[in-house]
Amino acid sequence: MRIFLAEWRKLKRPTFFLGTMGSVIFVTGLVTSLLFLLIDAKTGNADRGNRITREMLQLSDGFTIGFNSSNGLLGLVALSVFAAQTAQEYTYGTLRNLLVRQPRRIRLLLGKYFSMLMFALISVVVSAATAIGLAVALSGRAKVNTDNWFTDAGYSAFGHSFVNVFISTIGYGTIGMLLGLIFRSPISSISIGTAYLLVVESIISIAWKPASNWMPGNLLSVVATGGSPIGVNDAPTYSQALLRIGLYLLAASVITATLFKRRDVAN
Amino acid sequence: MIEGPAFYPALSGMENLKVLAKIGGIPFSRCQELLDLVGLGDRGKDKYKNYSLGMKQRLGIAAALLPNPKLLILDEPTNGLDPAGIQEVRDLLEQLAAQGVTVFVSSHLLSELEMISKYLVMLRKGSVIFAGRIEELLHRNKPTIVAKPSSINALSFLAELINKTGHKAIVEADHVRVDADESFAIQLNKLAFESGIVLAQLTPVRPSLEETFFELTEGEA
Repeated sequence: MRIFLAEWRKLKRPTFFLGTMGSVIFVTGLVTSLLFLLIDAKTGNADRGNRITREMLQLSDGFTIGFNSSNGLLGLVALSVFAAQTAQEYTYGTLRNLLVRQPRRIRLLLGKYFSMLMFALISVVVSAATAIGLAVALSGRAKVNTDNWFTDAGYSAFGHSFVNVFISTIGYGTIGMLLGLIFRSPISSISIGTAYLLVVESIISIAWKPASNWMPGNLLSVVATGGSPIGVNDAPTYSQALLRIGLYLLAASVITATLFKRRDVAN
Repeated sequence: MIEGPAFYPALSGMENLKVLAKIGGIPFSRCQELLDLVGLGDRGKDKYKNYSLGMKQRLGIAAALLPNPKLLILDEPTNGLDPAGIQEVRDLLEQLAAQGVTVFVSSHLLSELEMISKYLVMLRKGSVIFAGRIEELLHRNKPTIVAKPSSINALSFLAELINKTGHKAIVEADHVRVDADESFAIQLNKLAFESGIVLAQLTPVRPSLEETFFELTEGEA
């Protein structure tokens, strides 16, 4: 708990906290706004030129589509935060100070991890609030009927979406933490992680389609959207994606813990 | 504390201490006490990245003092500091020693150690060549007196006069160096005056720690 709170002191500093939450609001706001404002555009109003119709938005889970669609960018924010917070201990040389006060490395790592999970949870809450708030605000202008939204079915859909997006965000964050530990530099770990998720996975998926069913980024998208993302037809099922991503995260956690425990602090 | 202090640049000095205090289960009240002690009491809210090198070093010492240690081990605490920073750290270490903290300083700066240390452990190629009070070491070296006549022509005559008293005198550039402790200075002044030599300078010289070190290790490669 002490390590959790100590890490939280670093995460809650105003420029960092407000800056990150600002980017979460911006990203979610942009995705949700485009969803409603471009509802009649022929070029599409969603990711990769897909169209989310008025009828789809009027369903009970319609108000969560903006929130769900923001998961990839929200994940990148989580990856960056986890990677930077982990790698900076090496770049600044502050890890040795922490280990002087808490020599049990795994305990230190878990404290940091849970603190960052709390940060990720807050960012998901902020993203959900932004998406739903904007959905309600823009529904009139977009002529979207909201009668089905605030019903039991709607709340249930929101609950599922929230859990799925949070699991996806944890996945991105855990990958970020592993990259931060491997590269020990915030810039390297964030740029390599982002380049892999945005570029490398796409290239591999285009070159060899079946590989996309095993790519962590694609699997996290499936988990976040609770099944096949809009416009993707041959994605793995939700349970397949959850199982595969669970195995990846387990492996990532074991590698992270082993690296953190065994590697010399000076290296 | 080792050579360079390491803290989070975006956090204030106080927040940096609080991070470490929280992990160590140390009450936050100790942080302000320590900032006051190291002379950063009014700069605790400033970001660490805006601190001078001397202030960073003092914050490092404050962090090392968090658990209220009886023994503080510092590695090159004045490394890279400007003269004002060195003075700040020196004053702080003296203050800590006065409060009963044993301060162990590892340094290659012998002149610095000479100014702040009471006890010394001198190492050469991994072996201890001296351990004890610093005065004890310095007294091992012969004290000397530097006498400079007002006229350079009197140098040889002055050296000859001194040699006759049984003290060894050597002419060096514009002065004579005498192997004698400072009590001989009065006699030397009188002797020069009676012989018609006016002295422009008469200075007892205590051997420095650096000179003593070289004397102790003389002949070693």
